[in-house]
Amino acid sequence: MNGSEFSWSEFFHMGGYAVFVWSSYGLALLMVVVNIVSPIIERKRVIARVKRAIKREASNGQVN
Amino acid sequence: MFKRIWGWIQRFSSPKHFYDISGKMIPWFAVSALLLGVYGLYMGLFVAPTDYQQGESYRIIFIHVPAAWMSLFIYMVMAIASAIGLIWQIKLADMVAAASAPIGAWFTFLALVTGSLWGKPMWGAYWVWDARLTSELILLFLYFGYMALQSSIEDQRTADKASGLLAIVGVVNIPIIHYSVEWWNTLHQGATVAKFDKPSMHIDMLIPLLVMAFAAKLFYAAVVLVRARNEVLMRERNRQWVRELVEKI
Repeated sequence: MNGSEFSWSEFFHMGGYAVFVWSSYGLALLMVVVNIVSPIIERKRVIARVKRAIKREASNGQVN
Repeated sequence: MFKRIWGWIQRFSSPKHFYDISGKMIPWFAVSALLLGVYGLYMGLFVAPTDYQQGESYRIIFIHVPAAWMSLFIYMVMAIASAIGLIWQIKLADMVAAASAPIGAWFTFLALVTGSLWGKPMWGAYWVWDARLTSELILLFLYFGYMALQSSIEDQRTADKASGLLAIVGVVNIPIIHYSVEWWNTLHQGATVAKFDKPSMHIDMLIPLLVMAFAAKLFYAAVVLVRARNEVLMRERNRQWVRELVEKI
């Protein structure tokens, strides 16, 4: 970091700005995870909905 | 000639064609986003030198600036797609716009919060009502407005028209955000990269910044395609091809 030997504790300390730096990176990670997971859940929801509609119409078809 | 191009555009922008092609593209965008993101984080956190004025706190830049750039970029994509949808009635364009809005809102939120986390140690305040911060906050509200119109209007075509119009009108905010640091006195620092002379930044800081910005673009590309495919399935749910496809899943 400042030319001297690398140490993990110094790295995590971020020159005293640890709270601000790591909150920023943590939030970015959270944002990435949410943006991966939520469209996948949404996809499952949409597919389930279409499947339900197909089933409903198939059973209606038998009645008519 | 013109007719042929138009025919080609219509074929390419057909939801089914888009669904097939985008399915093949998503893994490539996702993997390259991941690789570039890891490389950018390594360069930004381990290789980039300490800033002589801001110490280690400046490393927030590698999140904050790409997020802020994305908030503007995605807004432009959303507005241009909305315009295409309004003018040429291309349904796929409206779907891309609708798929972009939540991602853009997330990047805007990230830019605002990381800016705030950077502002506290540097300016002594989490928030100031200056031009850059206020116009970026307005951008977040524009995204929220778009999403609210999309979800509250039952008829999809009306929803696309209303939200698309909002997106297009909201474009006036984009140059305001960009030039706010020049037009008004502000705490926010001026442009260091996007200016006509040489970027005033150390090359070891500039490289991770650009890598992270590119990784963010690829991430957006992957996520917007997944979301747009959801929109296709949802909006075309009464079509035969969607039904056949869903039954196979």
